[in-house]
This record gives sequence, C-alpha cells and structure tokens, in this order.
Amino acid sequence: MSDEIYQARIVALAKSKVGAGKLAAPTKSARRDNPLCGDRVTIDVRLDASGHIVEIAHQVRGCLLCQASAAALASIAVGRGATGVAELRQDAERALGRQPGKAHEPFDAFEPVAAHKSRQECVLLPFEALKDALA
Amino acid sequence: MTFDVAPVRRQFPILSEIIDGRPVHYLDNGASAQTPLAVLDAVRSYETTGRANVLRGVHRLAERATELYETARADVARFLGVQPMEIVFTGGCTAAINLVAYSYGQLLQRGDRILLSELEHHSNIVPWQLLRQRSGVELDMLPVTTDGQINLESLPKLLTPKTKLVSLAHVSNVTGALLDVRRVVEAAKAAGARVMLDGAQRTPHGPVDLHALGIDFYVFAGHKAYGPNGIGVLWARPELLDAMPPFHGGGSMIGHVTLAETTWAPAPRRFEAGTPPIGPAIGLGAACNWMAALDWTATHDHEMELVQRVLDGLQAIDGTQILGPAGLQNRYPVVSFMLDGVHPHDVAQTLDAFGVAVRAGHHCAQPLMDRFDLDGTTRVSIAPYNDNTDIDALLAGVKHAAATLR
Repeated sequence: MSDEIYQARIVALAKSKVGAGKLAAPTKSARRDNPLCGDRVTIDVRLDASGHIVEIAHQVRGCLLCQASAAALASIAVGRGATGVAELRQDAERALGRQPGKAHEPFDAFEPVAAHKSRQECVLLPFEALKDALA
Repeated sequence: MTFDVAPVRRQFPILSEIIDGRPVHYLDNGASAQTPLAVLDAVRSYETTGRANVLRGVHRLAERATELYETARADVARFLGVQPMEIVFTGGCTAAINLVAYSYGQLLQRGDRILLSELEHHSNIVPWQLLRQRSGVELDMLPVTTDGQINLESLPKLLTPKTKLVSLAHVSNVTGALLDVRRVVEAAKAAGARVMLDGAQRTPHGPVDLHALGIDFYVFAGHKAYGPNGIGVLWARPELLDAMPPFHGGGSMIGHVTLAETTWAPAPRRFEAGTPPIGPAIGLGAACNWMAALDWTATHDHEMELVQRVLDGLQAIDGTQILGPAGLQNRYPVVSFMLDGVHPHDVAQTLDAFGVAVRAGHHCAQPLMDRFDLDGTTRVSIAPYNDNTDIDALLAGVKHAAATLR
C-alpha cells in the first residue's frame, strides 16, 4: 500500500512540531507559497552577527510532509548560515532521489517520498522559505 | 427504471485495469472524466480513415474530415438544444471564457460592471480581471452562503444599470451547488444584463436545454464530459456572436484579406482561427451522443444515491465536515469535505493507496477557500460509471487516514 509515504518517522516528525510558532523578535522572516497546492510556510529566524541561525520558528499551513520537513529543518538548522542550510537541502534532495548518495538524519526519513514526485515540493517548501529568510 | 451500472462500466476500459496492483476507483471526474469506447473509436476512425485538414481541401480525405467536424458541431448543438452554427469550438472551457472576455469585452465601456461570485473557478475570475486591466470595467462579487451556494439575496443590490454581464458557475466545482438559473436570469434581464454560465461541472451530467434556461452564453470543457482533451465549447446567442469582434487572427476566420485590411468570416468561423482541434471535436461529438443515449432520470438517481452514500459514510467518521449543501437538494454529484487534523493532500495520498483517485487542494477556487479560511478540501466527484465499490473504498480510505494521520 503506497501510504508507506506516511511511515512512522514522518508522522512523528510532523507531530513533534519542533520549532512550530513565531519568534517574538526575528531578525528576518520569509514566506513561501506553493501556488499549485496552496501550501504556505513562514519562517522566522534570529541571526547572530555573522548570519548564523540562533533561533528558528515556522508556521506551516500545509500537509503533513511540509510540517514534517519544517520540523526536521528546525531541529538541525541552529548554528548554520546560508551555506550550511544549502548543505541540508542537498541532504533532503538525496532523500528525494534528486541528488546521488545517501541522505542522513533527519532527512533520510523522507526517502519514501522519492517515489512520489508530485509531493516532493511539499518537502522542499520550508527550505525555500528559509533560503529567502537568510538571503 | 433502475440504473444498471455494469454495462456502462464496460464501456470504459480503464475501469477494469489493475494499476500498480490496485483497482481503479476513479472519483476525480470533476477534474477529468474517463473516456468511453465510443469516443475512442470516433477519434481513431478519424485518425485512421479521415485525417486531413478541414474546410479548405477538395480531396476526399479533406471532405470526410470536414463532414466529421461539422457533424460533431451538430452533435454538440443537439446536446445543448441549439443550432449548429451557434457552437464555437475552442481549445477548452478556459479558452472559451477568455474568448468571451476578450471579444464581448471589446463591446463594453470603461465603468461597465461584470457580476461574478466568490465560488467561481479561477478561469471565471482571472479573464475578467485581465479585462478590467485592459478596459476599465469593474467587477462585483456575489457572496457565498455557509453551505457553499451562491447567495442570490444580494442580486438586487449588486445588479446595477451599469452591469452588462453576470457570469456564474452552473454547478460549483467545489461544493457541487446547482445555481438557481431562473432567479439569476430574471434579475439580470430586469437590469438589462447578459448571463453567461460556466457549464464545466454541469454538462457531464446530461443534456442541457439552453433556450429554456434563457441565458446568453454557455461554455464547457470536453475532457470533463467524457471527451478528449484540448476541446471546449462556447455557445452564444447568434446576435451576440455577430456583434463580437474576433479573438484570434489567422486562417479560416477571414472573409477577405488584403495587405491593407481584412474582413471577418461569420460566426462560428470568425472565432476558430487556424486549424481547429479536429480529432478532439469529433471525439466530443461522440461524447455528447454517448451522454444523450443514457436515461438521465435513472442516471441522475444513480449518481445521487452514490452522493447520499458518500454523505452518510463521511458523517459517520468522526471529525469530517462537508463543504456544500447538506442534502441532495440543489446539488450535483460533487462533494467536498474536510477531515479535522488531516490536510486534504494527506487524505488524497492515503486514498491513492486504496486505489481511489480524488482531488485535494484549492480546486482553482482560492477566493472560496479564503471565504471559509481553508487550506483546501478533499473533493469526490462522481460519474455515471461509479458504483458502490468506489464509494466503499473511498470511505475505507478516509477512515484509515483518520486513524493513522492525527
């Protein structure tokens, strides 16, 4: 049954809601919409003087995959700047089969989405918003 | 007379396929319906025994293609109860609305008003916004009731002497609500406004008597009405077609061309520039004939029994809400619902694992989603070939999503 896409790790990530919410005083914020499906992600970040993430929060109006991806990203993004976040995206893309190689924790949880091209943008939308916030 | 679904299903080869190990429970008919053998055969016959361009050639294949194309126009006209030369073939329903927005729009003045509603498909909003940018017309919006119907109480207030056109969905592609056309037409005529209906979700459910409706423009899509992709229809009153300037320029739509100026062919040719979608038009003619041959009293009862099964089944699942009329009154077989705590895309993805195809999201009706503050809905849209096994698979999938995703 193809609802293996909703394997326990993805559901657990979404339900963890790590980083869900708003920051009281973000350095930067960015919002991204997926016009095809209507998903919307808003990311707040507090940055240090060198542009590295000190604190991150996200509001997701979207599906379980988008929520899980935002939680995974929030769990690992602190301490990274734009380059470090780009590396995380590469890892997510490996999980989705868009890049060669094996994905690492936590993004290897999204490997079942590799077989569902129409859902991959759901996983990548939080990365797009965070990239904008760090630009 | 009872409806026997088995012989109908046999006419749709895809319904007996096993795809990736799963049966096909196709409940996404509102996006694109499946195609019966009669349509496939008609298109294949044209492609293999009559393929040529239409109208201009003198050889026998061109004669045959032209005859098939014009017969298709007559078939569509019969389905709508109008004359063949009042039918314009377009590239789709969206193309037909854009044609009206451009060509009828040329007849409007700055400050004229067009009345739409909050539940329209984007294809019945955006072309009018483009016209507003081009020519300065103003747009008004009828609100939507809490049960997903166009609220006609606001008609007297929103119909003004400046209103030239009322353009509304005959049946909502999200809520399934059927428009009270008579009420709209009476009010619009009293105000001197024309009426256009977007029939994309109505035409797949049987012939339409356009003259009885008393409207001025009607549009629909071939692929939602069991026909091929790439074909749509505009019907308009002949005096309106005669008054409207062309939309696209090119071959076939001309009277005479010199290097200085061009005169236009009469309708419908004026609006069919270039080589038309010949095969798709022939397929659509066959689809209209296929639909016309069904007993629609029995077919409609069958479709609405399935709707009732959907409504009853969903209401028995904790946390479901229907967006649309609660019962069978004033609705066609399109049912949108929300499952608390589960995003519509996750519902639809889970249903795919049960072999059930539905649509989830905003359904190209974002203003309606905004009206109800929704991310989207899961939409079940039913055709005559659906049966209880489709609905039971749907309900099993929704129960599974409710049990595992929240």
